[in-house]
Amino acid sequence: MSKFFISCDEATTICDKSQYGEITVFDKIKLNFHFLICKYCKTYTKQNTLLSKIFGNYAKGHCEEQRCMSSQDKEKIETEVKKKLK
Amino acid sequence: MSETTKHILVPEKWVQSYSDYLYNYTITRVNNDDLAKDLVQETFFAGLKSMKNFQGKASERTWLISILKRKIIDHYRKINSRKGKAEVRMNFYNDGEREGEWIEERVPNSWSSDADKDLENGELKTTLEKCIDNLPEKYSMVFRMKTIQNFETEEICKELDITPSNLWVIIHRARTQLRRCMEDNWFNN
Repeated sequence: MSKFFISCDEATTICDKSQYGEITVFDKIKLNFHFLICKYCKTYTKQNTLLSKIFGNYAKGHCEEQRCMSSQDKEKIETEVKKKLK
Repeated sequence: MSETTKHILVPEKWVQSYSDYLYNYTITRVNNDDLAKDLVQETFFAGLKSMKNFQGKASERTWLISILKRKIIDHYRKINSRKGKAEVRMNFYNDGEREGEWIEERVPNSWSSDADKDLENGELKTTLEKCIDNLPEKYSMVFRMKTIQNFETEEICKELDITPSNLWVIIHRARTQLRRCMEDNWFNN
């Protein structure tokens, strides 16, 4: 039975993991069991889901751009590399 | 057996041919422009130094990336060993009778504003960026790789040479810290 009792630290860790869909069924049972006795972790989980949405939305806008170096920066590195080549 | 093509190194062309590729690879992992440029330059230097060890089995680009990967692990180890500085604030008791319970003043409060409607809000994005930047570098690096760049757990562990349980502790600390920061600066502001 004690296997089912987890601390808030563990519960929120499972909750964070679940945001990436990477928890086991047993983790899920433990988490739901914990919610029965802890309203803070329940709040945490609810907010965490909203945060995941915000992170996901941010990620969408962020990953589309291919990021390049400016030509000045390239020239600088080019000069340094050429120095070493001599 | 047919002979496979032997690759050769042309260091004169490295910067023109690979700096964007290496830079892009680095910036998605470290998210810091100056640091990324430094790591790319160091990669070229290290490449020049070890040219004699190049056996021609891999392409030039693959070879340079393998050097860069080492540089990124080295960087991660460096920030990982930096102690004390900007350590994450504790949210849970870490010993005693109440070990693992929420510390009273750190418990999640309910949020007053409902941001659900307005995910495109520019200020929300700025606040989030600030909160991520406030994390200790190690936490923001792993958090970004996992959450913003969507890398697989396995891939991050391999690249940074950490275990999955290590990774989840970092993600957990990053997210509890971020939740708090967003609560203070956005939801209940």
